[in-house]
Amino acid sequence: MRVRALETVLTEKGYVDPAALDLLIETYEKNVGPRNGARVVAKAWTDPAYRARLFKDATPAIAELGYAGRQGEHIVAIENTPKRHNMVVCTLCSCYPWPVLGLPPVWYKSAPYRSRAVSDPRGVLKDFDVTLPPDTEIRVWDSTSEIRYLVVPMRPAGTEGWSEEKLAELVTRDSMIGTGLPKSPKDLK
Amino acid sequence: MNGAQDMGGIHGFGQVTPEPNEPVFHAEWEKRAFALTLAMAMPGQWNIDMSRYARENRPPAEYLAMSYYQLWFAALETMLKERDLVTDDEIVVGHSLHASKPVKRTLTPGDVLNVLHRGGPTERETNTQAAFKAGDRVRARNINPVTHTRLPRYVRGHVGVIERVIGCHVFPDSNATGAGENPQWLYIVRFAGSELWGPNGDPTTAVSVDAWEPYLEPA
Repeated sequence: MRVRALETVLTEKGYVDPAALDLLIETYEKNVGPRNGARVVAKAWTDPAYRARLFKDATPAIAELGYAGRQGEHIVAIENTPKRHNMVVCTLCSCYPWPVLGLPPVWYKSAPYRSRAVSDPRGVLKDFDVTLPPDTEIRVWDSTSEIRYLVVPMRPAGTEGWSEEKLAELVTRDSMIGTGLPKSPKDLK
Repeated sequence: MNGAQDMGGIHGFGQVTPEPNEPVFHAEWEKRAFALTLAMAMPGQWNIDMSRYARENRPPAEYLAMSYYQLWFAALETMLKERDLVTDDEIVVGHSLHASKPVKRTLTPGDVLNVLHRGGPTERETNTQAAFKAGDRVRARNINPVTHTRLPRYVRGHVGVIERVIGCHVFPDSNATGAGENPQWLYIVRFAGSELWGPNGDPTTAVSVDAWEPYLEPA
């Protein structure tokens, strides 16, 4: 009620246009989401030149696919390897790469995640049913500036020769935050 | 400020609970609060760092009891009232009762996609040289400003290594108080888990923060 009342006041004053509000909501509900990031990851898995551009300077590489702008002005892509797993958090608020992942889920903005991701990342991964080998380094990136991080997970085994479109189906939102792993080919069946 | 927003390392919040098939919004009012916040950035009455400060600047118990969009909405009301764009009596009756203040611009439906696509880059040109290079050891300064800062408490006083020099970016500590953008060199600084958390830390983990030069000193 209070939100609706404020919207009416701001509209009557000419500060906002409700049609613009509708379009903002529709954009993030329907058009901008983790499918964008999945396309970036699948392209990095199949196109070595693109992969090199992505890790050198992610913002223009991601813009090649048409994703850019608000809360993704300065993106850094980080690579998971057999030796190192990356995980992204914003302990101070909710910084998240909107153009490639959409708006953050509630858990990403929640106190349990923001408090423990930096001090107990293995424990947090357990909350997501992810267990990594004990000697895998876990590297946590706290997004305290306007840099936004995109994790590029490892390409699952058994996907040789797959198209970008099919590979993108394996890329989950959480695998691009680092709290999950991509699906395996048998999960698609 | 050393407020409840600075959560890294606090104990007792419990497990992370992911929600399967989570919707983008959980209620109609969340959508409108989100969109109002984005749209009201357009008139240029405040910047993103002022917004973050308005969200975090409240008693910790209150901050922790509010949902994320409740915090956004409360901050929006605060900033509108501080700048006399809206008054309390108008919020109570839900209608405009006083003349509007002139604003530079508003967000039209035709602008939405362009404005989102353009975003608000924070990198600025500079004639200064970065004080640190990749591989340098640095200590996060022990600073405790009551105003907005992006240096989390859990790294203050600890020694890390510069992993990457990012560029010269708007300095939130200045921008949030209205003191101007005051661009500063920005770095990714990596800290070992055992450096941050001592014997309770996991030695196979490392954490980085993005830190502006004024947050750092040579170590």
